[in-house]
Amino acid sequence: MDQSTPADDDAVITTADVAKVASLARLRLEPDELDRFTHQLADILGHAADIEALDLDDVEPMARPVPLENVLRADVPGPTFDRDAVLSQAPAAEDGQFRVPPVLGEAP
Amino acid sequence: MSSDARSLAASVRSGERSAVDVLEEHLSRIDEREGDVHAFNLVTAESARAEAADVDARVAAGEDPGPLAGVPVALKDNLCTDGVPTTCSSRILEGWCPPYDATVVTRLAAAGAVAVGKTNLDEFAMGSSTENSAFGPTRNPHDLTRVPGGSSGGSAAAVAAGFSAISLGSDTGGSIRQPAALCGVVGVKPTYGLVSRLGLVAFGSSLDQIGPFTTTVADAALVCEVIGGHDPGDSTSLPQAFPSVSDHLDDGVDGLRVGIITEMMGEGISPDVAARVRAAADALAAAGATVEEVSIPALTFGLSAYYLVAPAEASSNLARYDGVRYGNRVDAPTAGEMMEATRTAGFGDEVKRRIMLGTYALSAGYYDAFYGKALKVRTLIRNDFDAAYERFDALISPTSPTTAFAFGDKTADPLQMYLNDVCTIPTNLAGHPAMSLPFGVGDDGLPVGVQVLAPALGEVAMFRVASVLESSLASSGPVAS
Amino acid sequence: MTVAGVDEERWEVVIGLEVHAELSTRTKLFSAATNEFGGEPNTHIDALTLGLPGSLPVLNEHAVELAIRVGLALNCEVRRSVFARKNYFYPDQPKNYQISQFDLPINAEGWLELPSGQIAGIERAHLEEDTGKSTHVGGGGRIHDAQYSLVDLNRAGVPLLEIVGKPDLRSPDEARAYVSELRAVLVAVGASDGKMEEGSMRVDCNVSVRPRGAEEFGTRCEIKNINSLRSLGRAIEYEAARQVDLITAGDRVVQETRHWNEEDGRTHTLRSKEGADDYRYFPDPDLVVLDPDPEWIERVRAALPPLPAARRAVLVDRLGATREQAALLVERELDALCLATVEAGAEPVRTLTHAEHNLSDDRARDLDPAAFASLVSMELDGELTATQAKTVLAELVEHGGDPVAIAADKGFEAMDSSELDSLVDGLIADHPDEWQRFCEGDGKITGFFVGKVMKATQGKADGKVVTGLLNARKG
Ligand SMILES: [Mg+2]
Ligand SMILES: [Zn+2]
Repeated sequence: MDQSTPADDDAVITTADVAKVASLARLRLEPDELDRFTHQLADILGHAADIEALDLDDVEPMARPVPLENVLRADVPGPTFDRDAVLSQAPAAEDGQFRVPPVLGEAP
Repeated sequence: MSSDARSLAASVRSGERSAVDVLEEHLSRIDEREGDVHAFNLVTAESARAEAADVDARVAAGEDPGPLAGVPVALKDNLCTDGVPTTCSSRILEGWCPPYDATVVTRLAAAGAVAVGKTNLDEFAMGSSTENSAFGPTRNPHDLTRVPGGSSGGSAAAVAAGFSAISLGSDTGGSIRQPAALCGVVGVKPTYGLVSRLGLVAFGSSLDQIGPFTTTVADAALVCEVIGGHDPGDSTSLPQAFPSVSDHLDDGVDGLRVGIITEMMGEGISPDVAARVRAAADALAAAGATVEEVSIPALTFGLSAYYLVAPAEASSNLARYDGVRYGNRVDAPTAGEMMEATRTAGFGDEVKRRIMLGTYALSAGYYDAFYGKALKVRTLIRNDFDAAYERFDALISPTSPTTAFAFGDKTADPLQMYLNDVCTIPTNLAGHPAMSLPFGVGDDGLPVGVQVLAPALGEVAMFRVASVLESSLASSGPVAS
Repeated sequence: MTVAGVDEERWEVVIGLEVHAELSTRTKLFSAATNEFGGEPNTHIDALTLGLPGSLPVLNEHAVELAIRVGLALNCEVRRSVFARKNYFYPDQPKNYQISQFDLPINAEGWLELPSGQIAGIERAHLEEDTGKSTHVGGGGRIHDAQYSLVDLNRAGVPLLEIVGKPDLRSPDEARAYVSELRAVLVAVGASDGKMEEGSMRVDCNVSVRPRGAEEFGTRCEIKNINSLRSLGRAIEYEAARQVDLITAGDRVVQETRHWNEEDGRTHTLRSKEGADDYRYFPDPDLVVLDPDPEWIERVRAALPPLPAARRAVLVDRLGATREQAALLVERELDALCLATVEAGAEPVRTLTHAEHNLSDDRARDLDPAAFASLVSMELDGELTATQAKTVLAELVEHGGDPVAIAADKGFEAMDSSELDSLVDGLIADHPDEWQRFCEGDGKITGFFVGKVMKATQGKADGKVVTGLLNARKG
């Protein structure tokens, strides 16, 4: 399956990459969409090339902007939802459970 | 008659006006113009009337319904409201009713505010024009051919059109400040952690903050004080009250040091917008502040970092919309195909684009080059800001590079749309507060917003600067267009 | 140390275990919904359990405390840790990401001492949330033929500790010993009930084989769905033999996840690991860094109960127990009784022997150490025979009481030695042929004389004493 066509000459992302991330994200793309999204993502990533060039080896990453640590909750039960109310919002339910089409394969 | 929140609440608390009367006045404005503006996904007139009647009953009983007694408020439709549909302007959540209120919604109600409806937004708050709503765009009340900005376009337009005295939005990369600027109202993004995110439908969790739209700086201060403060239900909530900004609105800026951010005054910024920022700088200097230009070099990397961090978090935050437990489903023969069909049909293009971008930035082999690098750039930006804040108490800049633009102007090119947020994004990356307030109009006669930025928890200085700008504008009279 | 079907001379089996233990908290890891096994489906659910929009996680302090207890019990370093999101879509995973710990786990670099004395390395023991449960309806419950599936989220969000062992185990026996020792530790510190059959302890097993003497590990397969210690041993044996067969036939082992099927006794391919998974781990922005205060860690350490390995060591050091005795007695929770009995004056060897052989009843733990000690002394003083002592001991376990009174009640009194002497002399006189054979060294005939003595004394004689008397007369 070689569908890897670069968006530009020095593309940062190919249609094969986009097809892969779409599948990881559970999105289906029509061929024209694949092409369009690839060009758009290549543009955006192309803009991000400015930070790719930075040497940041000694810089700590900042995953969150608060300086908090050890935010903990006492192990005390709180309210739970009424099951019928919850299931009434579900697309499909049966026997007190969420019903889904057959699952192929087990969880990783 | 003054229709700012403080005046309305004062008249309701004193019994001078009834909350029902205040509400009806706003509902009639909605009746008149909502068809043109489309600020709302849902107007909750009936429950609002009941809430207003309750406020009146409490006043009659000699109780104090709170500092926002009878003040009509519009809520961005990504804030959970108990039993009231919350859509994020997305097909995928259409019809879903949360079983709980967001903390900010609870706090507004406890302060006596009356919720009039849920406002339109770019789907899942992804956009800068409210054109990405699955339920059609919102129009700018100042010019119906122009966008209101985004993503909180509906909330900005609601206040600008007088549909509600105040509204709430969420700001991940400028989604409160930019539409506030484009609609000519005040908009605040508080310090990250000062306002609980519990019940805000997540977009970029480390960037999202809830904040108000108001017509005055004093109202913005009041609403921040009401909705802010510690919430044990949000692990990233700071264990402190919102700084008491209202007490300092009249402190002036004498002796404050204010910097104009060089990187936000040059290329890409419309000259008429830059001119209003210089006018604001002059006003502050006249009021006794020291005003100087300051260069913060790392800010130029803000856009790149933001468009990796926010989509990365979003790609994970939006994974839960899969057709299993709530929201819409598109059926298919297997669970995996059902999820894919549901998400493919349920999300619009901009949401898909960001999910894919974020998935890519996090995926094996690219994490270090993209997401990991972007987190380090956040550190650079925060450090550069911190260095600037050693010399300055607050900074100013344009909020948006231009005034409100026309529908369709930027929809074809996502990158052009993203460039709208170049002035607002860095504060989200740093977790700092910033606000936008109207400061005259541009060459096209449309509102221009000036952004006031401050260090983490520097809200008092930020509001002092904003307050001085607001009164200087009022005393200088209307700005010629 | 044998692996059925594998030529042990030529091949070495390498095993590393990943154990998921559900922590015994009242609520879930990140929300206040109740953590309870069983119950009506979807009754222990709140906003976070459902993955509702706007819901946020807040970490359960007690789950952290239990994780620290286990970490310390496993000799780990308790570290500053970060929660990360592991992204993958699955219907019983409400947010479609699991909050887990990735590069910075709370516990790292520890070890577990097995009853044999073997040290098994622990790589890490990290906190994470459990998924819900899917039931596959139609097609006989088999996942591949199901018509549809039902999802119950009661288990979603339950706190798990994932304990990742180093590949230090070399046989099914060692693997089983590791799991049962780990279970004993988890139960001892109150972290988990360790019930494999209820799924509160789940074992994934990495197996590889390599030519004996080779330095490098072979390609490993991960085996899931192991529900008992017995399945663990069987699965390893099957998988090791399968891999050796593949390599011997000139094929290669493919790294993959395999599923143990209890019915056919085989492992089956679940999916290939090569390039398929991309979990896109990143730090969860909804949670902050967890960095337990050193004082907290020390408080937890000080409150830890004695652990199985230490308890075994006490039996060996103080009472002179063998490793096997120590392992058995600690497993049966009889170590405290033995120590108290010896403390009360009993001779250790005899005490241990009784505990090992005659106290398998669960009620034996509640035995009065003083009574047990007095029984041991009576026996060693010759007031009771071994057989009588065993009978009295059983009575003590059953009803309690005073061993002296019980012995008297049963008519057990020590045989007068002169009485026994004359009895033995009489038997020798009556049975000259048998005596001749005994003197010629026919060991089997001993029982003949002992039996006659026992019959004549109604079991009151001590068999060993009788044998001694016979030998003394042989000259
Ligand atoms: Mg694992
Ligand atoms: Zn795990």
